[in-house]
Formats: sequence, structure tokens, C-alpha cells
Amino acid sequence: MNIERPLTQHLRPDGSPRFLREYVATGGYRSLQRFGTELAPKDVQRLVGESGLRGRGGGGFPTGTKWSFVPMGPDAPKPKYIVANGDEMEPGTFKDRVLMEGDPHGLIEGMILAGYALDAEVGYIFLRGEYHLSAQRLNQAIAEAYAEGYLGKPLPGTTFRFDLHLHSSAGRYICGEETALINALEGKRAVPRAKPPFPQTVGLWGQPTIVQNVETLYNIPHIINHGVEWYHRLSLTKDGGTKIYGISGRVTNPGWWELPLGTTARELLERHGGGMADGVRFRGLLPGGISTSFVIEEHLDLPLDFSSFPPDVGRLGTGTMIILDDQTCPVGFVLNLEKFFARESCGWCTPCREGLPWVAKLLMAFEEGRATSDDLSLLEMHTKWLAPGHTFCGLAPGAMAPLQSALKYFREDFERHITIGGCPWSKKSAQQRVLV
Amino acid sequence: MAIIIVDNQSYNVDEKQNLLTACLGHGLNVPYFCWHPAMGSVGACRQCAVKQFKDDRDQSGRLVMSCMTPATNGTRISIDDPEAKAFRASVIEWLMVNHPHDCPVCDEGGECHLQDMTVMTGHVYRRSRFPKRTHRNQDLGPFIRHEMNRCIQCYRCVRYYRDYAGGRDLNVFGAHDALYFGREQDGTLENEFSGNLVEVCPTGVFTDKTFFHHYTRKWDLQSAQSICPHCSLGCNTTAGERYGTLRRITNRFNSQVNGYFLCDRGRFGYEYVNSDHRIKRPRVRSGSDRTQPGMPEGVPKTLEFAADRLRQARGIVGIGSPRASLEANVALRSLVGPQQFYQGIDEQEHQLLSTILNVLRTGPVPSASIHDAEQADAVLVLGPDLLNEAPRLALALLQSIRQQPMERVDELKIPHWDEAAVRNAVQNRRGPLFLAGSRRTWFHAYATDSYFAAPDDLARLGFAVAGTIGQGAPSVPDLSLEVKELAQRIAESLTHAQHPLIIAGTGSGSQATIEAAANVAWALHQQGKHPRLSFVLPEANSAGLALLGGRSLRDAFDSISQGKADTVIVLENDLYRRADQATVDAFLDKARTVMVIDSLEHRTAAHADILLPAATGPESDGTFVNNEGRAQRFYQVYLSQGEVIESWRWLKDLARAQSQQTDVGTGIAAWNSFDDAVSATATAAPELARVGEVAPSAGFRLVGQKLPRQSERYSGRTSLLSHLTMHEPPPPVDQDSPLAFTMEGYRGSMPSPLISQFWAPGWNSIQAVNTYQDEVGGPLRDEMPGVRLIEPVATKAPAWFTSIPRAFQPAARQWLLLSLSAVFGSDELSNRSPAIAERIVRPFLSVHPSDGARVGLDDHSTIDLAWHGTTYSLAVHFEPSTPVGTVGLLLVPEVSGVHVPAWIDLFEAIKSGRKRRAA
Repeated sequence: MNIERPLTQHLRPDGSPRFLREYVATGGYRSLQRFGTELAPKDVQRLVGESGLRGRGGGGFPTGTKWSFVPMGPDAPKPKYIVANGDEMEPGTFKDRVLMEGDPHGLIEGMILAGYALDAEVGYIFLRGEYHLSAQRLNQAIAEAYAEGYLGKPLPGTTFRFDLHLHSSAGRYICGEETALINALEGKRAVPRAKPPFPQTVGLWGQPTIVQNVETLYNIPHIINHGVEWYHRLSLTKDGGTKIYGISGRVTNPGWWELPLGTTARELLERHGGGMADGVRFRGLLPGGISTSFVIEEHLDLPLDFSSFPPDVGRLGTGTMIILDDQTCPVGFVLNLEKFFARESCGWCTPCREGLPWVAKLLMAFEEGRATSDDLSLLEMHTKWLAPGHTFCGLAPGAMAPLQSALKYFREDFERHITIGGCPWSKKSAQQRVLV
Repeated sequence: MAIIIVDNQSYNVDEKQNLLTACLGHGLNVPYFCWHPAMGSVGACRQCAVKQFKDDRDQSGRLVMSCMTPATNGTRISIDDPEAKAFRASVIEWLMVNHPHDCPVCDEGGECHLQDMTVMTGHVYRRSRFPKRTHRNQDLGPFIRHEMNRCIQCYRCVRYYRDYAGGRDLNVFGAHDALYFGREQDGTLENEFSGNLVEVCPTGVFTDKTFFHHYTRKWDLQSAQSICPHCSLGCNTTAGERYGTLRRITNRFNSQVNGYFLCDRGRFGYEYVNSDHRIKRPRVRSGSDRTQPGMPEGVPKTLEFAADRLRQARGIVGIGSPRASLEANVALRSLVGPQQFYQGIDEQEHQLLSTILNVLRTGPVPSASIHDAEQADAVLVLGPDLLNEAPRLALALLQSIRQQPMERVDELKIPHWDEAAVRNAVQNRRGPLFLAGSRRTWFHAYATDSYFAAPDDLARLGFAVAGTIGQGAPSVPDLSLEVKELAQRIAESLTHAQHPLIIAGTGSGSQATIEAAANVAWALHQQGKHPRLSFVLPEANSAGLALLGGRSLRDAFDSISQGKADTVIVLENDLYRRADQATVDAFLDKARTVMVIDSLEHRTAAHADILLPAATGPESDGTFVNNEGRAQRFYQVYLSQGEVIESWRWLKDLARAQSQQTDVGTGIAAWNSFDDAVSATATAAPELARVGEVAPSAGFRLVGQKLPRQSERYSGRTSLLSHLTMHEPPPPVDQDSPLAFTMEGYRGSMPSPLISQFWAPGWNSIQAVNTYQDEVGGPLRDEMPGVRLIEPVATKAPAWFTSIPRAFQPAARQWLLLSLSAVFGSDELSNRSPAIAERIVRPFLSVHPSDGARVGLDDHSTIDLAWHGTTYSLAVHFEPSTPVGTVGLLLVPEVSGVHVPAWIDLFEAIKSGRKRRAA
């Protein structure tokens, strides 16, 4: 079997969607026909566990392990829920959109399989509010799946039936956090929940719930259809499968590619991205969304997977990277990120709610030439205090990842803002300097 | 028990707690904001961070939020760890980024939890140099001031208001650092428990608007324990005075009664004490022409005149009062003799109270405290409109419905303090709460089932429930299928519970509902359950008066009309609230001498030949017995001014004047201090024997000292009277209690009724209560929570009540007029407080839409209703929950004295009302 790009091989180059007929024609929903004795729920669970599939939303948590916490058996609470996290609000990240727009049925099949495995009878797709096209195509696909009996009816050979609803988010970055997502889905404020208990036991409406990233769910039908060994062979590292990587920034050829998990950043950048654009030089990159740490030249040969990054370097995140070049002010770059994080803080816990706006204002002071060396220590204080466990959820620690690494790798740029009283990259502040 | 190690010291703690409460319970100061002892942990503010170590070799440790971390055995933490301290100081610094630092002009200043926590963390210098965010404040009505700029976003207000108290009109809006805690638009906070926001808010966002109108710092208040006089539940309060005016009421923690919260009537109803309508001087009408007003007279002459009349009297009628203390009632009873003492309540109320006492005395089921009600795992309310008659009990039931869903929480091994997790697990699951009554309120949204019917039908439902549960309990044969099924469901829920609670009351005027409630409770007891009964009574001391005994008002009226007596002494009672005008007029006109002892002008006082100015509750000592039979002491907060003295003292002075002796004699004439009144009370009725144990007597001292009512920082004492004298006068001597009107005296642990205000070093806000408890949320150290005077002695239920009423039948031209209570409007005293008066709605008649159509009424119209010689202007409310064949009349001041339940011909009453108005 020689499938290298299971998730995207059938996507149409023009981005137009594949609906039911085409999807079935390329083997779609085939896994459902094996439900029953050939493919019991336990088998799906086992295969997903053995595949080494890890969450593609940025956390990289092993999917099989996550599923193992869901209470099973006749005494387990009912109903249980499968929620697809299609919030995809991480800046620079657009991989789920590509899949949902191009191949909406893949998500539905993945969710049915997850539901079957965990005896969860209801699914929700929580979709980023701006994804109008995805919503339109998913709705059509859901209608087709209902009409065809994949949804809403007991599946042949089983008593299992799965119902699926699409919910378009009212907005806010924090909805990507699975428990805030659950609150939003319940109609509550999108504020993360305390853990434990985890959603696997107490989730949507207090019931056992699996929240899974869209790309992760797309992997499941292929694991079921082609087996664990094949899945492992797809990858260059011990985590199985492929990954949709992306590049935005000043490279010759920005875009996305489905590649073996464990491809290096250098290969991605040079072979697929075509290297840096003319006239700009590479300074660093955020490997997966903006809540990951900068990596620089010396890290470019690290495999882009969930286990190869040393803790002091950072983590992969979503695998859709943003490039920082030498024509862009790193302080202004980070300011832009921190303004986003400050605005997207849900306002629940103090360090995030009050700390992030302060950080953004400090960075603004750097850009405007009003910063002092004390401000550097205030920034450092925030990178220290806004750490995992200190804040209620991961938003603020994520916000500190680019800042802390920028302070590490680009410290002289921060200092230059202080010494010259403005941004070295800004024409406006250059003029002001002349006037002074 | 578990052992935790805090900064290398071992502490025994309950492992069911979190680390924050474990530390606070041992007096270890850990600062916090979002956690609240009654509302648990949610982990929002991050203020209570401590360093946790894996074991004794772990040197680095990690910061954890102590409120979100269980106190498991062997937990090793450090509060003093430099990193933990620095982080906590940073949390304050973050909060101060936008806090306005307006402490000098903030009403919270001096008792601000944010101030305390700021000092506790050591944060002093705010490094943020950027502009602060500002908000527009809202007008939230007469009770609460709003200053959003002070907000530190701890979320306590919305958690309290929405999750704990069931309110809907306060919420959090916006996101990130632009959160807004308020209403969708300006307007009065609707929830009956909004005043607790003042104490729940850790800083000055929500402050007491009535206090603002005569503001004083906490340290300048002279304070003592009070018992709320505005309903029968007996919530404990702290009353504070300055310069002769009562400044405010705050909650006073009592683990068995009100815990951490009051209702708004109780908190904001106090200003009757400062009313312009206070009776300040004795008045005497020496002639017999009652059209002439009484003239102010000095005390000696008044007493002489009164004693003369008493000596000449051919029979004296003493009318007591359920809003006066036990001691004042006993004083009157001693003066006139037990045979001439009347309870001052109407016949129906008298009958209902005696039935209730009978149920509690002879049955095996104990009465429920508010605390018991919170713990109940299934509740049936048969009649009372709790939200309006006994609001704090409704708040307790909002907690009781969380009891049964806690089973699931336990299965999931979620600790009960972990409120965030508990809410996620419980979601909208609610334990059984069955509300049977005659009027829908927002409280019904929390009920498992609601049933609206006339009182007789409510009783039938109760009897049917009892008949289903109890062996041998009478059943109700001719029930509709719907009611039969409801009774079945209720019976099942109650029998599945371990601690079911049955609530009835006097409000509906129905004897049968009380008997039905007793049958249900007795049936549950028979089935091996541990039920409790709660009866909502009309007034603060209704139970005390009932225990004391005495006949009803009708007997008093008869005594005068039959010429058995010609002199009346009315103690703290406006008879026009208890009987219709014509009856009271006739009674007072016939009496040769009418003496009234009271604090506020009212129609009865206007009839007095001798009017004696009485001290109000906060100006006197006394004992109230609440609806569960718990006797509780309230203390004189400050000396009343001028010629105003306590009722019992007037009666004692009258007795002495009458006997023409000064310091000797027997009975009341021999009383010298309040302790004598208490001793006399203890012998007045067998069940009152323990009334002396309620609180320490006047001779009580700690380290030889009295206990001060004033704080250590009470300011300006030397200049209080400087406009009158250059000398500092000696403080008044208090012979009546262990308390002193001074700053000096014993400070330290003391019996709880003697605590002036909750206050501890570093803890200036009401949160200081933590430092008075060994276990956070548990009883106060040396708590004297009152004495329950009635406990069941029987182990088996007496004979079932069997008088099952017939089903209510609507009549052709007659409607059963039922009373509707108003939390703001139905209580005599609180009505005289300006803030409460603002909340009193105009009287209305609640009519089922079909009845309204039958009579030809329009919804929202106004009608004139002639009834027993008076015409009432009433709004018409079409209300589907009003049982067909009945109408509800809102008991606000304009309609006080209307005797209900009673039958009324609406056609006739409206027609003659219209005629009268036209005339």
C-alpha cells in the first residue's frame, strides 16, 4: 500500500469540496460496514491506541490514552459525547479549514468511529465562527450522511446510532481550550473549567465527553482501514502518521503540506517553502501557532514532532509555523501577538487578565521609545509568573512562550529600543530621532 | 484526619478540606479573594498560592492554589516560601493595575478585604504606569451603591447572586480586562438577598446605600448582637450605632441559624429606629374627650397619672405583642396578672400557633433550623410563600436542592469544596423541592413540582402524601388523578430522602395545612426517616409569646365589651393591624383608660390616654424565640435618648408607681435589672425555664472585666459632647448585660452573643469571622447559638390528624380572599424604613384570568374595593397561579388590618367601592 498523504490525497487542487458520492468512491465510510463482529468498539479503541496517534490541536496528547479515561460498560453514564474542536483560532493555523472545506465527510466518519469506539451517541462540531465555507459544506455533508443513514439510524450490524450537530462559535480564541469550548457549547461564558475532573468523565452537560481536534479525527478512518503498521510507517518518528505543516511569513512559497510526522523545519522551509524570499534573512520561527516558543537557526534540524523538542526549546504546537525575518522588528512582532493574547484572555484569572494587557502596554512602550530597563525586568517577571499552574489555563503560559524566547534570542533588539528611544525598524521613529 | 506540614510544622486537619481552609482554620494567614466559606473554591483570583513540595527532599517545589488543592495526608507546603510570597504580592500588584486607590473616600475603607489582603501580601508599590480603565456605574436601587472602578474581578458577586441566591439580573459582561459586573441596564436589583453583595464583595464595588446616607467608619460604630425583628426566623445581626442613630445592620454568623447571609428586609429594614415617627416623649390625655390629642408630659407626672388610673381601674386588660421581647411580655403579664394577659393576636393566629406548638410538643419530629433546612435532601412546602414570609428560609432551600445531586459528586470523588467541579458535575440537576401554595414567585423555577391551589386543597395534597407514606395515616378518597399522581411523586421523593423537611405555616390561615404537614412528617418518622418540620410564623417572637401563653385578642375585646375590665395596656402592638377598624374603635372607645407603650406612632398609639415611649430592639435587651423554638438574646446597642426607655422598664416603673413603693415589693415592682426580667421569664412557663441559658447574665466577666461595645479605635470619645461640656462625661453604666458602653474591657475569645463586631488583627472586614472559628464555616468558638426550647420527647407519633377538608369549591358570587405577603410591605417595622418603603409596591388584587373575565375586570386596571367599611384602591393583576375561586390581596400598609382568609362578593365590593369613590 502506497498512500503517503492519506488526509489530503483526494483533495481537489482548486479547493472545491468532495461530497458523499466522491467520498464513498474513494473508500469513504467503508469502515462503518465492518461494524459489528468484525470491528467491535474495543477494536477501534485498540487500533487508535496502538497507532500512536497524538492530538493534532497542538497539545500532542496520545488519543488512545485520552480515550482510556472514558467510563465504559453498562454502568457508564449516558449519554456520552464526541466533540470535534474546529475552533482553529490559533493565528497562522489553517490546516483544519483545508480539510473541512475540501473533504467534510472525513470528519463525520472520524467522529462516528470515535463515537462507536466510546459508545458515545451524540457528536458536536464546534466550528470557528468565521469558517462560513466550512460550515456550509459540513452542513451539506451532515445532511447527506443523515440521508444515507450513516447518521441518525442504527448502523448495520449494531444497535449504535450517532447523531451529529454543527455549532458555529460566537468567537473568542479561548474556545479552542477544550473546557472553555464545552462551556461555550452549553451556552455559558467561554471560561475554562477546573481540572480535574477532566471532560472524559465530566464534560458536556456533566457527561463523559471527548474533545478532539479536527485533524486528529481525520486520521481515525485511515488507521482503521489501513492498520497500525501502515500508520507507523507513514511517520519518520515514533509518533505515527502524517502531519499537515504550514508556513506563513516571507518565504518564497508559503502554504501547507501533508508530510511524514518528524519532518525537520529545515526541510520544510527549504524544500517545500522554497527558502526565504529575496532580500530577507531568517531570524527565527514559531513552529506551531503563536503560543509556541521561537526556534532559531540552530534548532532547524529538530524533527517537527511531539517528542523531539527539548523542554528548554519549546514544543511543536500545531505545526503551522510563522517565520520571523530580519526586516521585521521582533519586539513589534511579539507586541502584535501579546495584544492578541491580552484581548483574547477570558478574564477569569488575575495573572492572565491583568498581566497580559500590562505586557502589551510595556511592549508598546518599547516600540514608542518610552521603555526603561525596569520594563525589561517587568517583562521577565511576567514570563516567570505566567507559568503553567500559576494561571487557570494554558492561555497565558502560551502567551509567554514567544515573549520569553524573544527575550532570550533577541534581547539586544529589546535593549536597542531603549538605548535609541524607539524602534530601529520604524521609519517614523527614525525621523523622530533625527529631530531630537 | 490528616496531617499536613506547613513551613515545617505539623497540623492536624480534616482531609475533606482544601489547603486554604485547613490553613485558615489553624490561624495561618493565607490571602484569598474568590473563595468564600459558603461558596467554595473556583480558583479564579490566584491569590492563595502556596508552595507545595513532593516530599521532604523536594527543595524546589511548585506553586499551587491552596483553595484548589486537597489537604491530603502528608501534604507539605510553605506559605512563607519567598517565591510564593512574591507571587502573591504580584497578584495584588496586578489587581492594583486598575484599582483606583480611593480608600479615603470609599465606604469599604477600614473594613475592606482588599486592603487587608494587600497588607497581608506586603505589596506596597504599584509599578504599572499606564492609564487605568474606568467604568460607568449603575443605579442599583435604594439598597446598593455601585462603584465598578474598584472591582478586582473576583467573580464572587455573580457567583453569589446567580448561583447561590438564584438572582438573574446581575451578571458579568465583557471579557479580558474589560469585565463589567452589573445589570444589563440601570435598575433596582431584584433579588431579595441582594444586600449580601455588600459583604460578599471583597472591596467597595457594592456598598450599603442606607449606610452611605449616614456613613460612619466601622471602627467608630458602637455595636452589639441583635436578632432580626422582621420575620420569625430570628437571623442574627450586628447592629451598629454612632451619635444616637442606628447606622447599619450586618450579618452575624450563627452556624445554626443564618450562617453568612441575611435577606434584604433584615438588612435594610432597620431605619424605623431612626424614624421621624418615633414616640419620643410620654403623652397624657387627662380628660375623657378622645378627640383631644394627648399632651407631652414629664415622666414623674405621667407615672403618677398612670398609677392613679391603674388603681382606679375596674379590671385591667394587658395586651402583649409578638414583636416585643419575652421579657417585656412577661413584665406586662406580671403587672396585670396571668389571667388578664392577652397575647395580642387574633383568634385565628392564636389557634394556629397553638396547633403548631401542640405538633412540636407531642410529636416525635423536631423543628428545623435554617441550617437543618440547608441540609435537607427533599423538601415539601405546604402553603407558605417563603420568599415573602420567611425569605432566609427560601435561600436555605436553594442550597438544599444541591444535597441530592451531591451523590453524583461523591461518586466522581469530587470534593464538595471544589465548587467549580461540583457545578460542572451537577449542572441543572436539582434535588426534590415541592412547592404547594397559592402564588407563583421566581422561586418556583427551582421546584421539582409546583402546585397552586386553595388552602383546603393544599391540605388535601398533604394528607394524601401522608396517607401514601404512613401506615394507618388517613387517606384522601376523592382526589383528582393529577393530584393523586403528584402526591405519589412527592411521597416517593420524601421516602427516598434521609433528611426530608416539611414546611407549613400560619400565613394561609389554614389549620388543615399545618395538620397535614404534621401527618407527613410523622408518617416519614414512622418509616424510619429523620424528617424535620418547619413552621413559618407571623412575627419575630410569635413562638415566644405562644410559649408564654395567654388568650387571644378577641377575649380581650370581650372582656372590655362585657364590662369585666375598663383599662387597657397595649404593649408594642398596633391593634388596627390585627382586627378591622370598627372592632378596634369600639374596643378602645369603650375602655376608660388606654395605655400604650410603643416606639412608633400608629393608630392605636393615637388613641392612647397615656402613651409611653418605648425603646426599639437595638435600644434594649431582650429574648426572642424564633420559629423553630430557639430562644436568642439581643442586646442594647446604645442607650435610647431622652425619655425613651425599654418597655419592661416602663412596666416596672408603672408597677412601682402603682404600689407607691420605690425599691421594694414583690413581682415586677422588685425588678432592678434585666436579669430580674429574665429570671421572671424563666418561671413564667415551664418551657421558658432555660431562657437564662441563652446568653451570659449581667454579672458575667472575663478576667474581671466587662466586654466593650466600642472598638479599640473608636474615635472622638473625648469630644463627643464638647459642644455641651468640656469634660468627658463618664460612660453610661450598663446594669443589664456584661457589655459596656466603652472602648475598655476584655478583648479576646468570648461567648458569641457578646462579640461586638467580628474583627481580628489583619482581618478588618467581615471575613474576620474565619478567625472566630476552629473550622472554617463551622461553629464559632464558644458559640452560644441560642437554646432550643422545644425538643421532641415522644418517640412515636400521636394519633393522626383526621380532619381532612373537603375539596375547595369555587362559589357563584363569592371568592375566597387570601393574603399575599410582601417581603417589602408586610412587616410593620421595616415598612417605616425609607429604603424599604421605596420598594413597597401599591396594593393589588391577584385574580385568576378566568375569574377576572367573569367579574369583568381588566388586567393592570385599578379598582376600588369596599370591604368592611373601608374602600381600598387596588391594582388588578391577572395571575394564572391564583387558584380559581380565590383572590389574593397583597398585604402592604394600605390594606393592613384586612382580616383574611374570608369570603368576599367581588361584584358587590367593586360596585359599592365605585359608588363610594363617586360620592
